[in-house]
Amino acid sequence: MRKSSGREKMWWALISVFVLVYALFPVASIFATSFKAPSDLTSGKFLPTNWTGQNYEQILVGSAQDLFLSSLRNSIGISLIATVIAVILATFCAYAIARLDFPGKKLVLTTALAVSIFPVISIVTPLFNVWRTIGLYDTWLGLIIPYLSLTLPISIWTLTAFFKQIPWELEQAAQVDGATTWQAFRKAIIPLAAPGVFTTAIIAFFIAWNDFVYGISLTSTEAARPVPAALAFFTGASQFQAPTGAISAAAIIVTIPIILLVLLFQRQIVSGLTQGAVKG
Amino acid sequence: MSHETATDQKHAGQHRKQKKYVSERAKSEKRLGWLLAGPAFIMMLLVTLYPILQAFFDSLFAFRLTAPDEREFIWFANYITVLGDSVWWRDFGVTVIITVITVAVELVLGFALAIVMNKAIKSLRGLLRTAILVPYGIITVVSAYAWFYAFDINSGYVNSWFGWLPGIDQDLNWFAEFWPSLSVIMASEIWKTTPFISLLLLAGLSQVPGELTEAAEVDGASWWERMRKVIIPNMKAAIMVAVLFRALDAFRIFDNVFIMTNGAHGTEVLSLLAYRTSITRLEIGLGSAISVLLFICVLIISFIAVKGFKVDLAGSQEGK
Repeated sequence: MRKSSGREKMWWALISVFVLVYALFPVASIFATSFKAPSDLTSGKFLPTNWTGQNYEQILVGSAQDLFLSSLRNSIGISLIATVIAVILATFCAYAIARLDFPGKKLVLTTALAVSIFPVISIVTPLFNVWRTIGLYDTWLGLIIPYLSLTLPISIWTLTAFFKQIPWELEQAAQVDGATTWQAFRKAIIPLAAPGVFTTAIIAFFIAWNDFVYGISLTSTEAARPVPAALAFFTGASQFQAPTGAISAAAIIVTIPIILLVLLFQRQIVSGLTQGAVKG
Repeated sequence: MSHETATDQKHAGQHRKQKKYVSERAKSEKRLGWLLAGPAFIMMLLVTLYPILQAFFDSLFAFRLTAPDEREFIWFANYITVLGDSVWWRDFGVTVIITVITVAVELVLGFALAIVMNKAIKSLRGLLRTAILVPYGIITVVSAYAWFYAFDINSGYVNSWFGWLPGIDQDLNWFAEFWPSLSVIMASEIWKTTPFISLLLLAGLSQVPGELTEAAEVDGASWWERMRKVIIPNMKAAIMVAVLFRALDAFRIFDNVFIMTNGAHGTEVLSLLAYRTSITRLEIGLGSAISVLLFICVLIISFIAVKGFKVDLAGSQEGK
């Protein structure tokens, strides 16, 4: 990199501002909307005339509390469980692919790829019918199972890429020292593999957290309905009031964990996303 | 494996014993490999292969949930009904329009972003990366609401901001007509997914050998010539993978259409048609046929990409 001149610095400042505006504008927009009073919503202005917290009050302690908090609980629980299961299964699978020589390696990876391009709606129709028959409709488990179709393939793909970069000689060294395969794996490899596993978990969680199709198709009540689905079916405090403000406030609350994870782990997330797609 | 074969040659006397040892080892490795990879593999088949087979089975019946006793085997009549219906073809057209336009725009935008991130000074990299990941990580439904409320005639501010442009005034209702509502849908789709495509392209950019671009620069090639003759040809694989992934993703578009228009004014897409048929109208037979057809569309797109454009997907994980 050459020393940047003053003019170049100005260009970079301009570009950065442009990228920041591009990335954050819709978020800022719904953030501003979430602080508007009902009478203020039709003002045609970007910012609220006077900032009010009443939308947040409504969904956290007010009339919409039951609806919103139960869906938040469902979203957190179901997404976390689907992420943990996917990452555990994918860790073993990716270890085998990166490390061992067995026929069918390519088949596993190709299957993961095929599953990740599967149209979600094609899975929903048959599941909707079967779930109602066997009693999984509108339950946590009834969402966790199909969520694996979203989280498992990307986890396998990303983790395989991560595991291919680990210096496996360490494991052999441990085995030479008399450790069993399992011990060597646990003592030498897991500490090195942990960052990759963690990054994969974040990406898988994003994907589960984002689901909408399964959420609206396979649930019907607050028992299992996740946040995105709850937002779509949300009605206002009264039938004469549009739920715009409350939906915006709820949208901001579910965006907070995403922003936090991105702020803390942007480097890892980028490396995970690009590694899974292109050989690292 | 390789050092065993090396010892093989060294100890010709023990050749037999060695060979037996190697095959034993290969066998146990195979066993362990499938033991570790098997559960994930079986799980993937369970959550996708089984439903699609079930959908295919259901699609051969005239079957409505509201009248479960009238279930009747009718061969491929559901498929004939769907493919003979203008609604399927209208939704197919809308889905293709969305896919082609969004992927084209995203490719240009994503490339520009990738070049910016590739050249960015160290101090800016973290900032740009963080900014670009926000659209990627945000829930699609949230982004759909953000765009919807910004353009909506009641709660929006876009009309009053851009009133000076021809064709935009206070009374323009974006979601009352086909093209305006489709434009907002596509804008939200582009905003959310461009970061992903730009990250893939960034990874591709970093794989272009530096000495090639430097050589071209020394030879006096302009920036544009370097792009066209050196960088892009060397990134072909990354571009193809990015385009294929995004095209398949855009073809399955559902969330933002559902939130913004719910298919009104002819903006219905194929996923929405499947949802409306099976979940809303409980026409399981017809809905399953649409689901299977959608799956076949995705297969055809992938097939064309892999065979026609030689996109090597599994290759990126091979070798090494």
